[in-house]
Amino acid sequence: MVQVRLGGSLQSYSGGRGSFEIEGATIGQILAGLGEACPRLKPLLEQGVAVAVDGQIYRGSLLQPVRPDAEVFILPKLAGG
Amino acid sequence: MPLDQSAKPNAFSKVGTRPLRPDGIDKVTGRARFGADMNAPGMLIGRVLRSPHAHARIRSIDASEAEALPGVKAVVTAADFPDRQDEFRDVLVNVMARDKALYDGHAVAAVAATSAGIARKALSLIKVDYEVLPHVIDVEAAMLPDAPILHDTMFTKGVEPTPTKPSNVAARLEFGRGDVAAGFAEADVVIEKTFRTEATHQGYIEPHACLASVGSDGQGELWVCTQGHFMVRDTCAALLGMDISKLRVTASEIGGGFGGKTTVFIEPVALALSRKAGRPVKLVMSRGEVFRASGPTASTSIRVKMGIRKDGRITAGEAELKYQGGAFPGSPVEMGAMSAFACYELENVHVVGYDVVTNRPKQAAYRAPGAPMSAFAVEGVVNDLAERIGMDPIDLRLKNAAKEGTRSAYGPTFGPIGLIETLKAVKSHPHYKKKLGPNQGRGVACGFWFNFGGQTCVSLNINIDGTVALAVGTPDIGGSRASMCLMAAEELGIPYDRVRAIIADTSSLGFNDVTDGSRVTFASGMATIKAARDAVQKLCARAAAIWGIPEDAVVWEEGAARPAGPNAGAFPPLTLREIAAMAPKTGGPIAGHCEFNAENAGPSFASHLVDVEVDPETGRTTVLRYLVAQDAGKAVHPAYVEGQFQGGAAQGVGWALNEEYIYGADGRLQNPGFLDYRIPVASDLPMIDTVIVEVPNPGHPYGVRGVGETSIVPPLAAVANAVSHATGIRFTELPMSPPRVLHAMDARRMAQAAE
Repeated sequence: MVQVRLGGSLQSYSGGRGSFEIEGATIGQILAGLGEACPRLKPLLEQGVAVAVDGQIYRGSLLQPVRPDAEVFILPKLAGG
Repeated sequence: MPLDQSAKPNAFSKVGTRPLRPDGIDKVTGRARFGADMNAPGMLIGRVLRSPHAHARIRSIDASEAEALPGVKAVVTAADFPDRQDEFRDVLVNVMARDKALYDGHAVAAVAATSAGIARKALSLIKVDYEVLPHVIDVEAAMLPDAPILHDTMFTKGVEPTPTKPSNVAARLEFGRGDVAAGFAEADVVIEKTFRTEATHQGYIEPHACLASVGSDGQGELWVCTQGHFMVRDTCAALLGMDISKLRVTASEIGGGFGGKTTVFIEPVALALSRKAGRPVKLVMSRGEVFRASGPTASTSIRVKMGIRKDGRITAGEAELKYQGGAFPGSPVEMGAMSAFACYELENVHVVGYDVVTNRPKQAAYRAPGAPMSAFAVEGVVNDLAERIGMDPIDLRLKNAAKEGTRSAYGPTFGPIGLIETLKAVKSHPHYKKKLGPNQGRGVACGFWFNFGGQTCVSLNINIDGTVALAVGTPDIGGSRASMCLMAAEELGIPYDRVRAIIADTSSLGFNDVTDGSRVTFASGMATIKAARDAVQKLCARAAAIWGIPEDAVVWEEGAARPAGPNAGAFPPLTLREIAAMAPKTGGPIAGHCEFNAENAGPSFASHLVDVEVDPETGRTTVLRYLVAQDAGKAVHPAYVEGQFQGGAAQGVGWALNEEYIYGADGRLQNPGFLDYRIPVASDLPMIDTVIVEVPNPGHPYGVRGVGETSIVPPLAAVANAVSHATGIRFTELPMSPPRVLHAMDARRMAQAAE
């Protein structure tokens, strides 16, 4: 199980809950599990989010392995200028 | 890719040097071809009819007279763009108004004609029946319960339960951790202030321009000034119902973007006109159209409350951010909220944000979207906290600065970052010791930006003469071609001038994300390194085949393949040039490729220092000295890095002192031109001094971090802190234009006289 925390505005879509225990060995599996655990988040997760694993931000790497003890934050979709 | 930065410290021979820019001659001689410089046989001229109303229902459009005008070859309206309800819907409606015009300048129709004169005449013949509606421009006014509603279908997201009444608040966000009430209770000083910033435009010198050509076979080509031609291709193909493979987009040279060219405005219109007319169509925005109908940044209202102990430790931070992003959802409030307190170690933080729509043009990204405004507010309060407890503003920031291992205010824990190094660089700089004269003030501020990577492709072709053709897919808005050539030359071990980089069209490379998020030197640079290493592997394999030895018995050193290991045998080195010359008869061309998604961009921090003088008689602010210290990870081409630092500071000075969208009571923009919208010019600015800090990013083989955006985050606050210091009046509203500053000083004089 990986402790998955919600960052930025995503807590506004989880009824204020900020943390979930999710089974998953990759970013993709964790996002799928999170969508099951919190269906209101599912559309946002499908639109695209950023995932911070141990402080490194991933925006498009569903296959990225995640260790069970990794620090995982799901962040809103981010873009620059 | 192995992160080999530690293996090559100080070992670079090309990276870190300052060669001449490859596009320099073209740009100073006028040979460079920008968006409006391309022509085609039989080309028509396109023009767009725009709404004169801030908010109006479009009852009908009658274009029959225009269509009958000799020389007019096509007229398009929203009817020529099939409606859709997906992620492209807002772009579609912004490109061409459907049932309502949502802002002054919103496109309602377009024509293509054989001359500009006929096109203009045709626009005057199009009859649009408008029902003018009440409008709203200000972010606070738009949030009021009785405000005119832009979208009947907009119900605030992020609120439980979802409201049943539509509003102009597209979304509400909230996050935080710790206990801010306890943090404020622990503080010796608590300061709470509300700040306001006006919408500003990126101010790129080149207006939007394109040349579209769609044949009767449905094949299309587009020449366009953009930050992302793959994005343009995919968006236009979707809006026009074309297969992506049938549209080839070529990026022109670009005269500035700063985020404003990361979306489409006129491109789908030009393609639709061309498709209807059966001839090429050139469409170029006037400067007035750029102001009225492209994307400025958001205007904001931000309340910040922070507490501090007498020993200088910040105990809590709270912010409420209201950003209006024009007529559609998507203001950068989320990123403004997440970056607001990112510079500081905070146990107790709470942030609420509102994404608000108004009758203004749809905002577009502008360098570190959302962050300069929230930094303006937070760094203003930090400045005042330092004053209240009598602490040096840099020492206060050093005491609270985020560093490796700090859990960021927005969530994740930072890896190696360079904020403290930038603060120390500012503190030890001679600028910080300069004495100030009368009416002069000094301001300090810090800034943060996330930085991004993204999808990236590069092809590196070895030519028969040993030169290298490098094809990248990210338009060069900040000197990236020079940086790519340096990184390729570094890997290949050949001189910089043997590598030539071009921006390839959409049919020549796989998908590339737009040039944004300070990503190109990081992501396209990493792709270039990977492509070069791919080519080196093939060069070594070719040498091994020529020598008749195993591939793993060959190494690449100083631009040549060399036998290595006990059984390799003794062969003289084969240089890249020699292998290239033999390539046609030893197996064919040699090329390296990389197609990947760059991640781990590594955030960037900056600290700015500015001295100003405020004329007490006119309220005019003169910037006397300016210093930027920023973490670049590794500066590939230091002159370009310094240019990014200076450019961000210059734009920030304009945002702080003069730039603003001014609307009349009728909701029309009053200053859509550079005479009335005042950006800083060279004579307004001193030489902006720079210090490049290099704390390597572990996510890049050379340690590179993006540098293009962070530099615009601190200047709003730094200049405001300096003007406040010079005048003794805390300024909380931008721009601090001469009338506003004079008014504040006059008000103080009158108050003092009354006492």
